[in-house]
Amino acid sequence: MSKLKLIIHREFIAKVRNKSFIMMTFLSPLLLVAMGALVFFLMKKNDEKVKEIVYVDNSGLFSKDDFVDSESIHYQDYTSLGIEETKKKVEAGDYYGALIIPKQDSLEVLAKSIEFYSKDSPGMSVINSLETKIETKIRNEKLNDFGIDLAQINASKIPSNIKMYNFSGEESSKLINGLKIGVGAIAGYLLMMFVIIYGTSVMRSVIEEKTSRIVEIIVSSVKPFQLMLGKIIGNASAGLLQFLIWGILIFIISTLASAVFGVNMVEMQTANLPAEQLEAAKQAVGIDKMQLIIQEILRLPILKMFVLFIFYFLGGFMLYSSLFAAVGAAVDNETDTQQFMLPIMAPLVLGVYVGFATVMNDPHGSIAVLFSYIPFTSPIVMLMRVPFGVSWYELAISMTLLLITFVFMVWLAAKIYRVGILMYGKKPTYKDLYKWIKYKG
Amino acid sequence: MKNLLEINNVVKNYGDFRALNDVSIHIPKGSVYGLLGPNGAGKTSLIRIINQITMPDSGNIILDGEPLSPKHTAYIGYLPEERGLYKSMKVGEQALYLAQLKGLSKSEAKKRLQYWFEKFDISAWWGKKIEELSKGMAQKVQFIVTVMHNPKLLIFDEPFSGFDPINAQLIAKEILQLRDEGATIIFSTHRMESVEEMCDEIALIHKSNKILDGKLSDIKRQFRTNTFQVGLHTDYPKEVEAKLKEIFEVFPADFKLLGNELTLNVKLNQNNSANELLSFLTSRGQVQHFVELIPSANDIFIQAVNKNN
Repeated sequence: MSKLKLIIHREFIAKVRNKSFIMMTFLSPLLLVAMGALVFFLMKKNDEKVKEIVYVDNSGLFSKDDFVDSESIHYQDYTSLGIEETKKKVEAGDYYGALIIPKQDSLEVLAKSIEFYSKDSPGMSVINSLETKIETKIRNEKLNDFGIDLAQINASKIPSNIKMYNFSGEESSKLINGLKIGVGAIAGYLLMMFVIIYGTSVMRSVIEEKTSRIVEIIVSSVKPFQLMLGKIIGNASAGLLQFLIWGILIFIISTLASAVFGVNMVEMQTANLPAEQLEAAKQAVGIDKMQLIIQEILRLPILKMFVLFIFYFLGGFMLYSSLFAAVGAAVDNETDTQQFMLPIMAPLVLGVYVGFATVMNDPHGSIAVLFSYIPFTSPIVMLMRVPFGVSWYELAISMTLLLITFVFMVWLAAKIYRVGILMYGKKPTYKDLYKWIKYKG
Repeated sequence: MKNLLEINNVVKNYGDFRALNDVSIHIPKGSVYGLLGPNGAGKTSLIRIINQITMPDSGNIILDGEPLSPKHTAYIGYLPEERGLYKSMKVGEQALYLAQLKGLSKSEAKKRLQYWFEKFDISAWWGKKIEELSKGMAQKVQFIVTVMHNPKLLIFDEPFSGFDPINAQLIAKEILQLRDEGATIIFSTHRMESVEEMCDEIALIHKSNKILDGKLSDIKRQFRTNTFQVGLHTDYPKEVEAKLKEIFEVFPADFKLLGNELTLNVKLNQNNSANELLSFLTSRGQVQHFVELIPSANDIFIQAVNKNN
């Protein structure tokens, strides 16, 4: 086995055998799915409780047809009981709330004088739904006053749905756009997390070798550059393995979960919407559309995204972890790393912010494009853009720049690393690092 | 080939600081070579260059007749002054890893390690982590990983620091045995007592320059002062001392004999010999003690360093 392979093997095994790696790898997907299932379960439980709302309509304007029971809200007409008695019943806790519609001369005044009483403050969705009902009723009344035929108005409402295409013939829709944002954001964010977690792990490993002083023995057998590269590749492999295990685990667990609990993945994604809105969304989208979304997910350039994710993960990781390695070599202990960490973390975080801020609004805007070229942010920003379709020449520019920069940074970091691992005592300044870079041999 | 290692005119700078200034050292095959010098003299810089951890700015190094190249790392075993192993890695795995980095195959490494672990009676530690071992135990492991690939050249930087006397003796014995089996040993230290015991030749490095090198016995001869410690039983000590002072240089002595003899350090002049001094003494009383003051490595070290300061 060549020396580099030996080092990669050792680093990989050391990382993978680590208890925290095993915990992270196997527990976090379980936790993620468990959390999702829990949230979904609680949502359902929460909505299962039907809210009983009573109303007192002194205006005589509303009828039973205006207050149709929904899945989560039931209405009862208590007009005959009178306002005071109704309020008492609500206060006693018999009902969720009481809607009081007074008698007024004009609709304008009426619209502003309707009251709702409840023991606990009501949920926003309940109030929104009530307001919508009242507004609709009053508008219809008003239209009637103007002598406009309601049927005509309804007949004139023709929903428009602009179909979006790009020139490679991909059809898209607003919902799909949202989906793309989601997929891109998750990929970019994951990448940042991985670079930070595994980059820090490279740095720790360097510091460990330095403080345990074994480094001098190792570099008497191998070149410092080989040691650094082996460390980076070993950690990257561990990271990829973790990804792979996560992917497989999430797939298995979610398949199992949906089989056992009958939980629909689409429902899970929309679980955070209140029941009423969910209802509305379903009506607006239609069941056909739900299927369409799934189809479109499958139509996303998944293979391309996967390959690019691996490429940008490796490129970004190599770029940053070589810097982390240089920092680890420069200091004697982890507390001294602070001052050097900021300049490394800043572009990473900037990448994520720029990605969130610009790619969502305009995935092909000039800022988004610029930051998907700059090698320090491109792994994150470009991954966010990829689901929207990025032309090959843009990818080529971005990837080439990343490759060139990463080779340069590894070379530069190796120079600092080579000197740093044998330096003890004084915490170096940036000036020292610059001096080290200039040292020969 | 007489010399295993030839260091020729090596210069090494770190920025503006010159760590080694035109240093040349030749190390004979099969010798224990002492690399001496105060802290910060440049010993470690030189050792790192031999180990190819850093490269010299100029000059060249010949190992076993060939210019130093990456393949030579397998010929060298290095025990740095600051010892260290992976704390959370198991002893056996770690030793195997380090042996493979030195170019041994896994099976060969296993065989050699078994031999050494049995020799040091530490086979039971194979599956333990370094952090579970005592410092002395870890040092034994460290010694084994330094020598297990049978290197032609062994470099020990302060090998006895941190060892208890029993382990230090064990290691010293092993080092000499390795030399007898054909290894050449560089022994870097500023502890002179071990130099006397072990080294055949020495080089003294001070402030980045080599200020002295050669066979230890030659250097001692070079540094001898022709001074003798004498002890004489006589009834007239004052008279004898006064008479001695007329012929030789006489200094007070600080050693003790059994009785109340006259004790002095006497330095010969250029025109008289040890025999003359001895016959002078025998004619004046009973000679109890007569020994040449041979400079210790320590004296030489201090003298040479002071002269160059």
